[in-house]
Amino acid sequence: MSSQTSLISAPFDVEKIREDFPVLKQFIHGKPLVYLDSAATAQKPTVVVDSIRHFHEVDCANIHRGVHELSQRSTAAYEETRSKAKQFLNSKTTNELIFVRGTTEGINLVASSWGRKNVREGDEIVISALEHHSNIVPWQMLCEEKGAKLRVIPMNDRGELLLEEYAKLLNPRTRMVAVTHVSNALGTINPIKEMIAMAHQAGALTLIDGAQAAPHLKVDVQDLDADFYTMSGHKVVGPTGIGILYGKAALLNAMPPYQGGGDMIKMVTFEKTTYADLPYKFEAGTPNIAGGIGLGAAFDYVSKIGLDKIAAYEHELLLYGTEALSRIPGLRIIGTAREKAAVLSFVMEGIHPHDIGTVLDRQGIAVRTGHHCAQPVMDWFHVPATTRASLAFYNTTAEIDALIAGLGKVKEIFS
Amino acid sequence: MVDDLYQETILDHSKHPRNCHAMPDANRNAEGYNPLCGDKLKLYVKMDGDIVKDASFQGSGCAISTASASLMTESLKGKTRAEALVLLDKFHNLLTTDTPVGKDLGKLVVFCGVRDYPARVKCATLAWHTLKSALEGSGETVTTDTE
Repeated sequence: MSSQTSLISAPFDVEKIREDFPVLKQFIHGKPLVYLDSAATAQKPTVVVDSIRHFHEVDCANIHRGVHELSQRSTAAYEETRSKAKQFLNSKTTNELIFVRGTTEGINLVASSWGRKNVREGDEIVISALEHHSNIVPWQMLCEEKGAKLRVIPMNDRGELLLEEYAKLLNPRTRMVAVTHVSNALGTINPIKEMIAMAHQAGALTLIDGAQAAPHLKVDVQDLDADFYTMSGHKVVGPTGIGILYGKAALLNAMPPYQGGGDMIKMVTFEKTTYADLPYKFEAGTPNIAGGIGLGAAFDYVSKIGLDKIAAYEHELLLYGTEALSRIPGLRIIGTAREKAAVLSFVMEGIHPHDIGTVLDRQGIAVRTGHHCAQPVMDWFHVPATTRASLAFYNTTAEIDALIAGLGKVKEIFS
Repeated sequence: MVDDLYQETILDHSKHPRNCHAMPDANRNAEGYNPLCGDKLKLYVKMDGDIVKDASFQGSGCAISTASASLMTESLKGKTRAEALVLLDKFHNLLTTDTPVGKDLGKLVVFCGVRDYPARVKCATLAWHTLKSALEGSGETVTTDTE
């Protein structure tokens, strides 16, 4: 057996990590599963599955207020995730962390609660050309309602935002800059620390869509000085239906509640309701308790491996995959940002992504095809859709080889 | 295997789609859109009384949707409006049910493999949804979401 020290200094042991993901050990259409769709949702390690099971089998009760043992256990487990999220995102306090269903709800909460209160006619909201529909539509709805203007930071051919154009968009009417940390369709990592500083200089607030960043790089909301930062649990190997919205306490305190109901109040009479303090003011109704507990296990799991190690390993995979795909004639990688997460979006001449996806699926390879909920990104590159292979730390170079072989089969059929 | 889906005729029609052009003198037009994959299709139908005299399409799509539009436009010519709608129903059944493949579908039987690929049914039906809109004269863009 290896000694403790050699384990710590050991290189990234992906085979050992794969043991933690039972879902990966299966055959699809007779071929070993090659899961390259982690940007859509990450697979779940046994510890996450077990934590959810344990909650349902042993600790199941509603949280908060219950005096009985089970309720106290479930409350403690659920609230512990908030503490873990504090470490994961490095927020100052746990009060600044709101449980939401996911990134989409986090953005909607801010657009709805902060936006309705603070955005007026003629104000401007800045988003970017890289945004997922979930960071476009809520702002569009707000702008429509308020008579505000939505402005878009353009990008270059690599899929990088043009900061000089961004600077020109900022003005005293800019109320909010809502941008993604990492692009889901292209993998571009935006220089958000710089972008946040620029927004602040113009007197605007910032919301960062962290759905694709949180699973792949260390996020420090204090260092970034983000006003709002939101993420989804299921992308960081946690369950679906749970996520975190971080907001600076002063901002959250000044915002009206998002939804009314139980758990978000101090006192209710028919004349008046006083709202609960943070973070509960924004958490009406019985939440996804099991999901919250599972997310805690996911934070532990990812933190134990270390996001630095994950980022470094995934970067190796990205380089390997980029190089391998570049050798295929007629294949064009869409999104070649210099700072990039492990996303390989591509098109093949004369072959539609849906056909690529179907042929790959029959070889056990799961990729995503379509517009990736980022139609403006597709429009910019003049493609209706792409095929996207998104990598996670449990993927291997052998799986990329399988993808390349699969694309060979695609060419065989369609050329 | 995947070859059951991509039969020779489908590949042929996707690479060399028939009737793939605009038709300025068409008297029925409709647009179809598959929000799932962003495929867009414009359909032109020339009716002579109750008879489909000619049909053509334009658009970008996957092999299945292109081949489906191509084969559909071929099979429509000379049919009455009612016959075309019956064919639509039969085609839909071919894709979505386990019923034995009928003999009266002609070349369209090559799409029988699609029933084993539920995610691809909408690709094959896009052209036909658009046809329905064209023949029923609603004229609005149809989406495959209405299934």
